[in-house]
Amino acid sequence: MSGSATKLPGVLESVLMPMLNILVALLASGLVVLALGEDPVVVLSLLIEGAFGYEEAIGYTFYYATNFIFTGLAVSVAFHAGHFNIGGEGQAMLGGLGLTLAVFWLGSSAPVLSIILAVFGAALFGAAWAFIPAWLQAHRGSHVVITTIMFNFIASALLAYLLVGPLQRPGGQMPESSDFPDGTALPQFHELMEILGISFEQSPLNLSFLIALLAAFGVWFLLARTRFGYEMRVTGQNSDAAKFAGISVPRVTVIALMMSGALAGMMGLNELLGEQLRLIGNFTLGYGFVGIAVAFMGRNHPVGIVLAAILFGAVYQGGAEIGFEIPKITRDMSVVIQGLVILFAGAMPHLFRRPVTALYARFAGKGNK
Amino acid sequence: MHVAPAIETRDLCKRFGDVKANDNVSLVVDQGSVHGIVGENGAGKSTLLKMLFGFYQPNSGDLIVNGEHISLGSPAEAMAAGIAMVHQHFMLVEPFTVLENIVLGAEGQGLLKQAEIDAKAKLKGLEQQFGFDLPFDQPVSQLSVGERQRVEILKALFRGADTLILDEPTAVLTPQECDQLFELIKLLKSRGKTILFVTHKLHEIMAVTDSVTVIRAGRVIVRTDTASTSPEALAEAMVGSKISRSVTRADTDHGIPRLSVQNVSALSDHSHRALQNISFDLFDGEVLGVAGVAGNGQTELLEVLTGLRRVSDGFVSLSGEATNSKDVFTDPISLRRAGVGHVAEDRLKSGVVASMSARENAILGYHREADFCRGGLMRLSAIDQAANDYFENQDVRPRNPDLPVASFSGGNQQKLVIAREIARDPQTLIVGQPTRGVDIGAVTKIHDQITALRNAGKALLVVSADLDELMAISDRIAVLCDGKLVGIVPISEADERTIGLMMAGSAASSLVGSATEGQDQ
Amino acid sequence: MKKLVIRVVAAVVVCLAPAFSAFGQSFDPVLLYDIGGKFDKSFNEAAFRGAERFSKDTGISFRDFEPNSETQYEQALKRFARRKADVIVAVGVGYSVAVRNVAKRYPNIKFTVIDAVIDLPNVQSITFKENEGSFLVGMIAGLSTKSGKLGFIGGMDIPLIDRFKVGYKQGVAYVRDDVSFIENYVGTTPAAWNDPIKAAEMARSQYARGVDIIFSAAGPSGLGVINAAKDSGTLAIGVDSNQNHVQPGYVLTSMLKRVDLAVEQAMNSAKDGSWTSGHRVMGLPEGGVDYALDEHNAALISDAMKARLEDARAKIIAGEIVVEDVDGGNSGH
Repeated sequence: MSGSATKLPGVLESVLMPMLNILVALLASGLVVLALGEDPVVVLSLLIEGAFGYEEAIGYTFYYATNFIFTGLAVSVAFHAGHFNIGGEGQAMLGGLGLTLAVFWLGSSAPVLSIILAVFGAALFGAAWAFIPAWLQAHRGSHVVITTIMFNFIASALLAYLLVGPLQRPGGQMPESSDFPDGTALPQFHELMEILGISFEQSPLNLSFLIALLAAFGVWFLLARTRFGYEMRVTGQNSDAAKFAGISVPRVTVIALMMSGALAGMMGLNELLGEQLRLIGNFTLGYGFVGIAVAFMGRNHPVGIVLAAILFGAVYQGGAEIGFEIPKITRDMSVVIQGLVILFAGAMPHLFRRPVTALYARFAGKGNK
Repeated sequence: MHVAPAIETRDLCKRFGDVKANDNVSLVVDQGSVHGIVGENGAGKSTLLKMLFGFYQPNSGDLIVNGEHISLGSPAEAMAAGIAMVHQHFMLVEPFTVLENIVLGAEGQGLLKQAEIDAKAKLKGLEQQFGFDLPFDQPVSQLSVGERQRVEILKALFRGADTLILDEPTAVLTPQECDQLFELIKLLKSRGKTILFVTHKLHEIMAVTDSVTVIRAGRVIVRTDTASTSPEALAEAMVGSKISRSVTRADTDHGIPRLSVQNVSALSDHSHRALQNISFDLFDGEVLGVAGVAGNGQTELLEVLTGLRRVSDGFVSLSGEATNSKDVFTDPISLRRAGVGHVAEDRLKSGVVASMSARENAILGYHREADFCRGGLMRLSAIDQAANDYFENQDVRPRNPDLPVASFSGGNQQKLVIAREIARDPQTLIVGQPTRGVDIGAVTKIHDQITALRNAGKALLVVSADLDELMAISDRIAVLCDGKLVGIVPISEADERTIGLMMAGSAASSLVGSATEGQDQ
Repeated sequence: MKKLVIRVVAAVVVCLAPAFSAFGQSFDPVLLYDIGGKFDKSFNEAAFRGAERFSKDTGISFRDFEPNSETQYEQALKRFARRKADVIVAVGVGYSVAVRNVAKRYPNIKFTVIDAVIDLPNVQSITFKENEGSFLVGMIAGLSTKSGKLGFIGGMDIPLIDRFKVGYKQGVAYVRDDVSFIENYVGTTPAAWNDPIKAAEMARSQYARGVDIIFSAAGPSGLGVINAAKDSGTLAIGVDSNQNHVQPGYVLTSMLKRVDLAVEQAMNSAKDGSWTSGHRVMGLPEGGVDYALDEHNAALISDAMKARLEDARAKIIAGEIVVEDVDGGNSGH
């Protein structure tokens, strides 16, 4: 660290750098589109229009963003404690199972209670699924990267087993559960707006977006204001210093990873309790992994994560829209474009650090003279 | 016939920032001789070696190899000039075989197989010449430490080295392996090779070298033939002259010991016996200095006294209360609450979190105290206030607690750490390396502060690699060697020669006969 | 820099305009595939061919969409419904819940769903009597087997696939009563439809146990079965589309499920106004299912076999032979 002579000012660091990454991602995608013989500008405008052009699009964008906020926060909480939780996918699956069991257990007799229980069920199951890798890491030194990824496979197999077995919809042919009991659904955004007298087009955007924002605030509060957050950050940055300060590193590891699992687990609220209203086999669809990119792009700060999640939501929604409009851009192509954005924006956040720092140093130097 | 020295340096200087690591170092290593370099940790030995090996480039001065002025831009150039280094930490690829390791980096352009066949022929010759017997087809990971060292040496010979630099080669060896190494060194010498042997163990110098250079504080103190010197003379040259004590001292209160260490043994991280049956008392109003060559148990002692390492045997008691000490001495937080402050010996490794702000570091270890935290929530304004106070009291600069600790100088980091550890007026303070990596200006201030605390009746234990420092601030000096307490010398009877010899582990018992009065209490 | 920004914005605006006016044609049909992709040589590809034929005949272009995931079923339906498509054809039992939800919200849009049954006034449900088609290929298998051992490989063990199996077995039994069966399923989740490698493994194992003909009802996974047949010099029976050409000489026949016909008819009827809601079942009489006969398998099907097949076809149409069915084959919700 001491080697870098110049430090970028905060604005450049947190605004310019991500923008540059997005720009390069768009340029690279543009080249791919061009190679397919389509006009990149048309595709880009479709993407933007598809993500923000009308109320339903905005709804979908924020609906996808909700998933990414949860999984991004999950990755980031673990990361602050010095761990790389790539088990968000499996924890989300188990969270989905938890909320499903909760709503079926209470049924439609007390919908509000059952929704509240579902929120806790999702968090609890996600946390429990993270507990085993966390404990193994803390007390046996088994690397969480390995164990959490293995637990993704186990979770997926477990869900598949349950959904073609005991939980399968009677008479159904797909690996999905029965519809949730009547009334046990998170209110959708347009319904909430209606109460306020504002009409908004129907979209899957639902209350869990607000829960996600609340979770983001909670993570910020945890990290910045609580003693445990402090202990977590100390442990994550320097575990020797944590021991020096009398912080129990295994305890922090287990609790932080369980919180991470709980956040990932709550992703199911949006997908299942907000939109699908039934448990579907692979409802997580890789959102747990994308959360890694979201967390990195958001610099592991809750505000950054919310913004990055909205960007990724826009790419998902806009990308699907391109698929609707331009037959040549098949769904595989839109996955390629999304992948490029993730690659440049999420996985390579420091790509332009050196040139920008050099450039800044030059200008700053001139300014001083 | 006059033969040019194998290596000669003239007025070699190397600066790092304001610190002169090497100051006009002139060295002469004769052809076909074994030349020793001794000096304490931080005396500048490593810097000198790195310049000889092309790793650092000198700021000024000349380097003459076999009579030719040359400059070494990289280790590869040093190799080309016939100089090879055997590092203290071996540079071997463990899963590779001995042969692969030797060939590594010298494969030439042909196929690997061919290179290995060629190498084998050449190695056979070397083996016979120098009496090696290494299993060429075994992976290095299966070799003993001594064998690995021989692989390193053979690797150097394979590449045509005439001059071998051995950097503290005995640090990792068993006594038997040491003897084997000395045999090898003598054989190498008899075959015309030149050896530069670096150590801080004086008896090794006496055993294998022809001539020796003593370095202290970056300067050459003496160069002499080994035959015409003695361990005592070398020790004195190594640790330097006594610094006059300018501070006035109050009397030590020899009542109940504040901290009592009874027959303590402890294991290192690698399950070696790092401390063996150590006993001493620490009283109010004194500074007990702990001296020793690095790695002789000081770190483990600090950890035992600050609750970071469990004792395997014996116990430590605080203020005579032995009963609850077992619990207290396993929990850094309870220990701090019981009035034991801790200045970590390796600040950046464990004393601070370099990437976090100075403000957040100001509460590290005290973050659970009620004034900083209530009901699990941090009290930001109180923390802010504390950080500002620390900055003010210790004159930490720049006065901006928002900056990450990494962006402060070493001295300012240490001031912050000391401010934090004495903020709660602890009766006992355990200090590791109080001025390591601290700029000169801050050193005096830290020393004055330690003395002031002592005079205020506090009990201080200071571990330092800098003997001058211990001589300046201690009331008594305890010397550790190989995990054992060699002895405790009152400052009135301590001189560099005695301490130096005790540190080297030689003739300890004869030297300290009357020097353990502190334990009689 | 500022100029560049303005130019980019301008370009965006200019390009958006045509993007929205592109759908000015009078009739606007939409085809939604199931997961698995448009060119799966099977189910989705059959749907695509049907729409293509419609397009060629009428000169009207259609829009289509391949969903990435189950969550996109509903999004895709809503999106096209909102843009006032004239008919939306969704293929696959997976769409059943999504079509139900969206059709309720857009009562003025016509939906045709294939393989599922939705009882709504604006939904046309088309299902097939796969059991009848399977009966015919079962007869061919029964007449062709030398070892007396036949195989069946299904995608998932669900009622829809059960219907293939039941018809197949009954068809075999109609011509021979001394045949033994080995049956396997590729998996338990929809991933099973897209796992030709695993299907090929199962096929190899069945062939090794003496089976000489395997009927696979596993979507794109069936391609693995066909390749395994070639490798071991045995025979496979294709499904959904005519797959005889995939490995000529090793595909005994294919159980045709005329999804293409269903899609084409749905679009045509919506265009000329004869589209009606309700449940249409396409069996042998309607030409909805059949066995495939072309130059690739002409040598494998003798005239005597053809005669028996035509006789059976007539009897099924006449109701003299009743092919068993399975409950719940098209229920998805």
